[in-house]
Amino acid sequence: MDVVQHDIIIVGGGGAGLRAAIAAVEADPKISVALVSKVYPMRSHTVSAEGGAAAVARSDDSLELHGYDTVKGSDFLGDQDVIQYFVEHAPKELTRLEHWGCPWSRNEDGTVATRAFGGMTTKRTWYAADKVGFHMLHTLFQTSMKYDRIVRYDEHFVTKLLVDGGAVHGVVSLDIRTGALKTIRGRAVVLCTGGAGKIFPFTTNGTIKTGDGMSLAYREGVALKDMEFIQYHPTGLPGTGILITEATRGEGGFLRDKDGVRFLVERDYGLGKKAELGPRDMISRAIHQEIKAGRGCVGPYGEYVNLDLTHLGEAKINERLPFVRLLSKTYVGVDPVKEPIPIRPVVHYMMGGIDVDITGATKIAGLYAAGETACASLNGANRLGSNSLTECLVFGARSGEEALRYAKNAGSANEAVLQEQAKTEVARIESLRGRKKGGERISVIRRELNQAMENGCGVYREQKTMQTAVAEVAQLKGRFADLGLQDESKVFNTELINALELGNMLDCAEAVTVSSASRKESRGAHACADYPNRDDQNYLYHTLCYFGAAGPRLDKKAVTLGKWQPEERKY
Amino acid sequence: MGAQKKTFIVTRFDPDKDSVPRKEKYEIPVEPHWKVLDAVNYIKDEVDSTLSHRCSCRMAVCGSCGMSVNGEAKLTCKTALSDYGDTVEIAPLANFPIVRDLVVELEAFIEKFQKVKPWIIRDDVNDIAAGPYKQSVEELNVIKQFSMCINCMLCYAACPQIGLNPDFIGPAALALAHRYNEDSRDRGADERRDILLGVGGTYDCTFANECSEVCPKDVDPAIAIQREKFLGLIHWARNFVSPKKGGR
Repeated sequence: MDVVQHDIIIVGGGGAGLRAAIAAVEADPKISVALVSKVYPMRSHTVSAEGGAAAVARSDDSLELHGYDTVKGSDFLGDQDVIQYFVEHAPKELTRLEHWGCPWSRNEDGTVATRAFGGMTTKRTWYAADKVGFHMLHTLFQTSMKYDRIVRYDEHFVTKLLVDGGAVHGVVSLDIRTGALKTIRGRAVVLCTGGAGKIFPFTTNGTIKTGDGMSLAYREGVALKDMEFIQYHPTGLPGTGILITEATRGEGGFLRDKDGVRFLVERDYGLGKKAELGPRDMISRAIHQEIKAGRGCVGPYGEYVNLDLTHLGEAKINERLPFVRLLSKTYVGVDPVKEPIPIRPVVHYMMGGIDVDITGATKIAGLYAAGETACASLNGANRLGSNSLTECLVFGARSGEEALRYAKNAGSANEAVLQEQAKTEVARIESLRGRKKGGERISVIRRELNQAMENGCGVYREQKTMQTAVAEVAQLKGRFADLGLQDESKVFNTELINALELGNMLDCAEAVTVSSASRKESRGAHACADYPNRDDQNYLYHTLCYFGAAGPRLDKKAVTLGKWQPEERKY
Repeated sequence: MGAQKKTFIVTRFDPDKDSVPRKEKYEIPVEPHWKVLDAVNYIKDEVDSTLSHRCSCRMAVCGSCGMSVNGEAKLTCKTALSDYGDTVEIAPLANFPIVRDLVVELEAFIEKFQKVKPWIIRDDVNDIAAGPYKQSVEELNVIKQFSMCINCMLCYAACPQIGLNPDFIGPAALALAHRYNEDSRDRGADERRDILLGVGGTYDCTFANECSEVCPKDVDPAIAIQREKFLGLIHWARNFVSPKKGGR
């Protein structure tokens, strides 16, 4: 078995991973960074983000306002020290991207343009038309190519963290191209693998979003935090779940019921004058209620409401929202210049993730996480749109720098223990590849998992359905052990990858369902029909979910408050 | 509702077992709204789990799922299945070595891509305290189109020159070099010139325009390459008249 050595290993090549890698090599001219990704970095799901990245830029804005908006958006579950750090560093990070060539849209005077976004008091969302994630990712990837000391392991799938004596010392990685397993040794590891949206059937997320990093950390005893908070984006295309950006509303789009009524204005959903510029959790619930009340439209892929951009005019749509126009035409046959776009709420983002502190550190020495896969508690119970791309940069950079600092003083490992762990892992993967004896199929278990998650952890949840989902996921985990595989080949065996991904998805689904069922209140994206109110007395805490061979174990962690005390969340 | 059926003839190749690629036939039910990728995913999930292909975003932006559909390079998640008849041939992208089934080898492309230095070159690139550089809307518009490339590799599959001359840097990478050369914030045109005008550079392009025809993002690499040739010529002429440092 090949063993390669680097100083720092970054797992995942999206926005957070690339930023972490660049931060580390820029901070130390001698360091070697392994960037390990299961896809070529420019395929990472950051590419699909559309609307923008938030950072204070205008004279009518302040860090204070960005902080308060984020705290309120989080339904007071965000940690205020983390939010403070975030808003302070956001403008610097977006400026850095500008210097690296990101083609931000511009004002007439040549300064960077900003647009309105949900839950944000003023225009602070930087954008590059409506392909912001794409441009940010390509800018980062191309900039990363400057550095020879970022050594990429493209299309390598990390299957295990090597942990000994409470510290991480490397990973075991499967080279998808050849099927060979290798040990990548490093003194620090940063997990930047994104969320696990694919545990749900109807999601904006790409195929690759299977919660791999979350599962890796969970299996080594790190808690997954606040996993009950799943963000439903209000506007996904029926059928495919393809994202239609919130920038459509930031640029002035309206949501209308089947009779053309702007229901966010005409009916009370607690959004006041914000209307279409309210936060995602509240708008998704409003759409859900409209449909339930019979005011939705009926189409071939279920019920929906309309997103009307026709009054914006063709010129503005072409300039600011060209991708939305293309997506609507290509995937639902609607030209938004002429007709409203059919939309419905869709699983988009996980507020929860690997429990990390403000530096990105987990409880395992040398193990860090950043981006959607991490939960530093920036987003609390509901993330504001356009905070996550900036989060990838701010905390990607921080975790890269912190990992470097740690790596310089890291202790040595017990080689025999690590070799034994790697050997056991190789045996596990080799025995899974093409294992014909099982009776279960990947696609069947995945479909049933998706159904269980949608039934149990939708826009609205209730104890009974959540408990059912807990039981169903546990049962599916049992069936997963009896998986039967057909492909014995070593080269580019995607069946084997899919099997490993399904295992990771089941871990994440377990944490989501168990954490959800434990929170008997409604806060942010976690809306319980049977516990409709927020309960600060009993539930103003972060949920920690730990892996256990006999089933998960839950614990609590205090929320870091600051200058903003919890108050009723009304817009 | 009687489900419509289509037959897919899919290229299969497993270097562990096959000496040359072979074709396998799958007849599957299809839905009217499907893209070509939906059919490939259906075969993988429901019929033959040993089929390997790449895909992720299914919204025409990650660039993973380029394949040859009835002999033409297509981004399969963007290509309507209803545009095709009862039998559809799916093969890996042309002009690339096959790794397995519909998966092609991209390493050579990545090397070419890196070779053109696709990043902002200037001395004060990390002076963040100075704030963002200014760029006019007109300056942005010069690079906008050429910054839309998703690296799907369709242009390499369609380019006749790549087929004949594997050293040719190729459409996407040359267009990207042009995108940085033309960026008002960049000062790196001198550093990229030898690569762009050297062996495998812009002068290897015969302007067949196939790259721009197949591009799913309207990047128009052919125009980018012609402009680079022209700018190279201007630089040469200026140097000839007044042999000092050129630049743009």
